Amino acid sequence: MAFDYEKYIRPGKLPHIWCPGCGHGIVMKGLIRAIDKCGLSKNRTAIISGIGCASRLPGYVDFNTVHTAHGRAAAFATGMKMADPGLTVLCVGGDGDGVAIGGNHFIHACRRNIDITYIIMNNHIYGMTGGQFSPCTPTDGFASTTPYGNPDPVFDIAKLAIGAGATFVARTTAYHANQIDKMIVEGIQHKGFSVIEILDCCPTSYGRRNKFRSVVEMMKQHKELAVPVTAAAKMTPEDLQGKIITGILHQEEKPEYCEQYARLIDKVQAQTAGKG
Amino acid sequence: MAKKTALIQGNEACAHAAIYAGCTFFAGYPITPSSEIAEVLSKELPKIGGKFIQMEDEIAAMAAIIGASLCGHKVMDASSGPGMSLKQELIGYACIAEIPCVIVNVMRGGPSTGMPTGPSQSDVMQARWGTHGDHATIAVAPASCQEIFSETVRAFNLAETYRMPVQILMDEIVAHMREKIVFPEPGELEILNRQLPAVSPADYKPFDTSFGDVPPLAAMGSNYRYHVTGLNKAPDGFPTTTAELVDAEERRQLRKVEANASAIEKNEEYLVDDAEIIILAFGITSRSARFAVDNLRKEGVRAGLFRPITLWPFPEKRVAGLAGQVKAIIVPEMNLGQLIHEVERVVKGSCKLAGLGRVDGEPITPYQIIDKVKEVL
Amino acid sequence: MGIPKIEIIEKYCKGCSICVEFCPTQVLQMDGFVARVVKPEACIKCMQCELRCPDFAIKVYPE
Repeated sequence: MAFDYEKYIRPGKLPHIWCPGCGHGIVMKGLIRAIDKCGLSKNRTAIISGIGCASRLPGYVDFNTVHTAHGRAAAFATGMKMADPGLTVLCVGGDGDGVAIGGNHFIHACRRNIDITYIIMNNHIYGMTGGQFSPCTPTDGFASTTPYGNPDPVFDIAKLAIGAGATFVARTTAYHANQIDKMIVEGIQHKGFSVIEILDCCPTSYGRRNKFRSVVEMMKQHKELAVPVTAAAKMTPEDLQGKIITGILHQEEKPEYCEQYARLIDKVQAQTAGKG
Repeated sequence: MAKKTALIQGNEACAHAAIYAGCTFFAGYPITPSSEIAEVLSKELPKIGGKFIQMEDEIAAMAAIIGASLCGHKVMDASSGPGMSLKQELIGYACIAEIPCVIVNVMRGGPSTGMPTGPSQSDVMQARWGTHGDHATIAVAPASCQEIFSETVRAFNLAETYRMPVQILMDEIVAHMREKIVFPEPGELEILNRQLPAVSPADYKPFDTSFGDVPPLAAMGSNYRYHVTGLNKAPDGFPTTTAELVDAEERRQLRKVEANASAIEKNEEYLVDDAEIIILAFGITSRSARFAVDNLRKEGVRAGLFRPITLWPFPEKRVAGLAGQVKAIIVPEMNLGQLIHEVERVVKGSCKLAGLGRVDGEPITPYQIIDKVKEVL
Repeated sequence: MGIPKIEIIEKYCKGCSICVEFCPTQVLQMDGFVARVVKPEACIKCMQCELRCPDFAIKVYPE
């Protein structure tokens, strides 16, 4: 049976603003299926974004949605989750938003291990402003501000998240559409800060400048380069050069931030009562 | 029963007043000379089940309080100079998305790192115009520890009533000096809460003006689902570029303060009725000015003090009225001329106007003011 | 097992051709800037077109 996306889409909001072939729509559908699978209540779910193409996602979906300022999604979300720990809080956004201007908020949200699921759509470019390079644009890649090729090294978002203390980190691609919802479900169900990096396609601003004839070619590249994490474990670093390792890359149990703070309150209140 | 009293610092009074006002969420980032506010609230908020979080930077602290306010909490953040510069981005967000929050700015010298432990009053214009774009501003400037308590409570009331950020501007001296304060009993000071929606969730719009210029604000996570954005928005909360909608929303957001200015403004007047010269001063400078007024009166100079407690909206009608009855207005301030521009705009040349600025990290003394008065008269 | 119903919502389709290119049995074809169902009888109900359509423009009803 066709999946009923309309149940979660705000009336009259489609078609969305994304360009033909942009993978953000594929991710949005995966997110909706994941929320549906988890059986989340619309009233008790909040989706927070920053600024950029991917950050327009919350406007389409029928939850508590906050389109914040550039890079600030994780910090807004931290305030909301602390304020109402029972609320399911998800962040969505792009690579520039998440790990350039929002990098500081991103790593500290990882460090706190606050129970938020952060879905980062990495399309290697600032699409909305006209295709400038991001920290995730491949070295030597072309963007509107790297006319001679990108001299910058690249951030590995998943490694960054693991290093900063996120307790669930997964990666997939827009090509692997049926893995998107599976990874997001795992992320939502994991207690702690979950990062799901989805390698996405921007045919308009990235593909065009980097010799991809179409979005299909970009997706086929994702298909060819993807190596499931189990297969990757048996490969040498040389073999893995340039590959995209997909699946759950890291998962561990650590105290969750809101639960830690709740324990702090209990302790303080017990001490105060003892004094009274 | 005698009321509880204490000898406490201005910053401590501010923190205790926040709890009195119903604040249950504070986010901050360490910065001198505001640190004690965060320190007291980190200790006091958990006792009442409230939340304190130290964020990774000043922008994040603003983001966290806005998020918590959207979830129905009364929220506060405190900072100074460079921290306030960083916060301007999200003060603008709180303005356009109309989210109640209180931000304390314990002013230090600047620009940049400036003089972290020195007193200053140099953020008057930053408070008004620090964030980009047109927006309304409410900023209060208490001058004593007792008043820091009452004005902090009022700042929360104003933020909740008008659904917007409210700034408390303190200079380092009022923030760090210790004075006896009398804690008001519960219920003694009025506590106001934001207006909640009276319509059903299906009919709710977060910027619905059919209830007046301040739309009711539902808590996220309750039964009301809605969208918030920093883009210009329509009454339903979704972005719009429709010219009439953008224009109407921008004007309404200014109007909610302009049309209620008389209810928001608060001033203190001392010996102004027969005054030939008025000293217009706020914060710690107003206390030097009051001393100067008393001494000048002893010398036969009919001096008076006008002290704006609300810097923004500026009490323009009253100041214009006073300008018509005096020979001169003197504006001493710990900066090189900020509030005087507003006074000049309002006075429109109807009396002499002179400023007295000091930015060396020392307060303006009564004798500096007395000398200035004699020079002007 | 009947032929599935494949619905293309034309007002949402932006003509990216992802569905056409990744369909394993060439059920779909581009018609200018809109995808069309040309061989519904070849559909194996893998649902990949519905899953990958970024524009919410394809619905596959297996029965």
